[in-house]
Amino acid sequence: MEFRSKSSSVVAVKAYGGGAGKSKVSMYLVAPEADVAIEDFEQYALDRLHVLIAIEENRSRGKRAEDVEAAVMDLWRKHMRTVQSDDLLQKDVISHFVLRLVHCRTEELRRWFLEMETALFRIRFRMESPELQKAFIEEHKLPYKIISAAEFDGMKEKLAQVMRASGQGAGLVGETAFYKVPFEEVLDLVATRKVYIHQGHAYVPREQLVTIVANHFRSMLSQALVLTNRNWTAMFAAQEEDRLTPILEALSKRYLAPDYSKSASGSAVTLQELDGLAMRSFPLCMRHLYLKLQEDRHLRHGGRQQLGLFLKGIGLKLDDALAFWRGAFAPRMPAEKFDKEYAYNVRHNYGKEGKRTDYTPYSCMYIIMSSPGVGDHHGCPYRHFSPENLHAALSGMRLSPKSIDEVMEKTRGRHYQLACAATFEGAHSCQCDGINHPNQYFEQSRKFLKEQAEKATEMETDS
Amino acid sequence: MGADTEDHMEVEDHKEVKVEAVPESRLVYDGFSPDYLRIYYGRLFPYAEMYKWLSYGHDGKHPGCDASIMGRREFSFTLEHDIYIRYLSFHDVSEMEATIKSKCPHKIDIGALYNVEPAKRTAYAGGSDRVFAPVERELVFDIDMTDYDDIRTCCSGADICLKCWPLMNIAIKILDTVLREDFGFEHLLWVYSGRRGVHCWVCDARARRLSNEARSAITRYLTLYKGNENTTKKVSLTGPALHPALSRAYEICRTYFEEHILPNQELLNSEGHFEKVLELVPDESVRAQMRDRWQDNRRASVAKDGISASRWKQLKQALESKKVTPSVRRSLEEIIFSYTYPRIDIEVSKHMNHLLKAPFCIHPKTGRSLFPVEG
Repeated sequence: MEFRSKSSSVVAVKAYGGGAGKSKVSMYLVAPEADVAIEDFEQYALDRLHVLIAIEENRSRGKRAEDVEAAVMDLWRKHMRTVQSDDLLQKDVISHFVLRLVHCRTEELRRWFLEMETALFRIRFRMESPELQKAFIEEHKLPYKIISAAEFDGMKEKLAQVMRASGQGAGLVGETAFYKVPFEEVLDLVATRKVYIHQGHAYVPREQLVTIVANHFRSMLSQALVLTNRNWTAMFAAQEEDRLTPILEALSKRYLAPDYSKSASGSAVTLQELDGLAMRSFPLCMRHLYLKLQEDRHLRHGGRQQLGLFLKGIGLKLDDALAFWRGAFAPRMPAEKFDKEYAYNVRHNYGKEGKRTDYTPYSCMYIIMSSPGVGDHHGCPYRHFSPENLHAALSGMRLSPKSIDEVMEKTRGRHYQLACAATFEGAHSCQCDGINHPNQYFEQSRKFLKEQAEKATEMETDS
Repeated sequence: MGADTEDHMEVEDHKEVKVEAVPESRLVYDGFSPDYLRIYYGRLFPYAEMYKWLSYGHDGKHPGCDASIMGRREFSFTLEHDIYIRYLSFHDVSEMEATIKSKCPHKIDIGALYNVEPAKRTAYAGGSDRVFAPVERELVFDIDMTDYDDIRTCCSGADICLKCWPLMNIAIKILDTVLREDFGFEHLLWVYSGRRGVHCWVCDARARRLSNEARSAITRYLTLYKGNENTTKKVSLTGPALHPALSRAYEICRTYFEEHILPNQELLNSEGHFEKVLELVPDESVRAQMRDRWQDNRRASVAKDGISASRWKQLKQALESKKVTPSVRRSLEEIIFSYTYPRIDIEVSKHMNHLLKAPFCIHPKTGRSLFPVEG
């Protein structure tokens, strides 16, 4: 693939080799020859990135495969829409190649991109008709063959036995076509003995084929990424330093939502206000930590981090934070001990020690995936509390029984962030679509309460 | 070029020497001796055969040869006083012979075929696209008798005898069948490991090119026994049927179990032994039933070998009866597999760069030679 500056605002993309596919799904073997406007270069990539991030979020929420697929296809159609329908393939391919550039430079980026693109490919390939799937396989000369009737008769028994052994319906054996593939292509099936192998070939039903093709896609992309990195570094990085490189850098940051490292309103929160704010505007996870801190006059490391960074995000200044924690620990700990052992960490969180990173408050995803142990109070209450404890905590927030039920229902379905949103709705009697970040909860709450207060004063002055 | 043509080159099969396990009465006197080692390297070590094997036909005499192949194969030596040297390689057979004779290593390991000569690897340390990496390596398996210690009653640790050697026979038979029939491999070399087990070297080109993931998958395909001293049931069979590979293995296991393992290890003779077997039966009434009968029979005068066999018949009858649940019936197979199914060391097979003792070298602790055995 190569880029030429046609002008500062247009990138000419040219690739070697040819052959356009008949199917809508592409293996992205060759980049299209096209002139791409710089704005499109970035926008197409951004649109695709939305879809890839959605895949990550959907998977981490533990949704069922069908739900993830439906959600992703929705987003795909929404984000990858173009003016003309035959441009869809262009946008698809161009956006893929731009993101390839973005994600080729480090191991972590490559791994993420590989994971998400493979998932996307898999979803889209699965939706294709069997005929198109077959055409795809032939076109790319993949070594997967349908077995003949004679071969099938010879191994029907064994195939059925494998199906029964792995808990799948043996009835499938009569109805579905079986493909003969090299065993290296279905290693996870081999490892779990879920497939019949003979003389180095694995015999898989058609549905399995999707996995196989997806794995093939993954290994091709993996190699391509390494090559892209090499070519980019060797040939284009220098000349594109001012033009494309900044765009690629920005895209690689990938967290498309605000990160709340600075309080949005810019205004500081004072120590005196904290108590009131905690009771009214903290999400349950932070409220719980706050209350436990008051109760025990101590919090373990995980809790200190989760709460501490959150407080920084809402605008608590470093000096106030130190005073807060010192005061909270005071009855059980002399100030000198606090200064010696805990103050450093608070300052570290604010970027005043060590490598001076201004740490960002944890997002919901991060908190949900943590594993609090005995004696810990951090984590996500909707995930980590027992139903009884959660119920009690919600009652403590003065939610109506109806709201509590709704929250509990979402929790049972393992939709933790929707449960938090339902809590918000119960506590504030206003709509909330979903919570991605504890600081988002806080800010939405403040905004709502402020609007309420303004409306109230308006009404007063009116009357 | 090399990869393509080597499949068509003729690789002469090295001669398989059939050796049976050495019975205890004819063991070598001393064990390991550096003097014998020197003589062995001087007169007996098969340099030409080893070289021919590992060069896979790239002997420099055919036009399609890859002359660099031998120079890129890693060897490692363990010298006297446990001095360990890695990343050795030899350009030709005379260099290999001379080096081995002069250094007289107590142990020789064979590693992978790398993309460049191991001695030059540091030139490839930097940059993500120029790493020193393995390119080919035989698929290897190591079966160690100590992995069966929980079911051996005749020996333990590094000892082996005729009573427990059948466990190796089972492992060899099952692995050999799986590798040939299921995976289609043809060139297998089985070698006694010199002390307490066997190694298998799969030398087909396709096997040599397998990735680490593939090796791991093949090993897991062959793994049935999981757990440690904290788990009671280490073989867990779920599902209404067994995978064809397992049902095929079961036939082998059952025969060996009833003819060798059961009597040799006296599995049901005493309470200490039979309790362990009964632990694997998930039905208290069956267990109680057996206990009652066997505690009574203690006084019966039957030839020692007969006790386990007759008790086994009783247990089998109880487990195969129509009155028990499917999971209880399954436990018959679980018991047999627990006491016979091959136990492979996953770590040995998983990584291409794992170093394994070379066939025909001498085991430094026993003085025995790693001779091929019949697969």
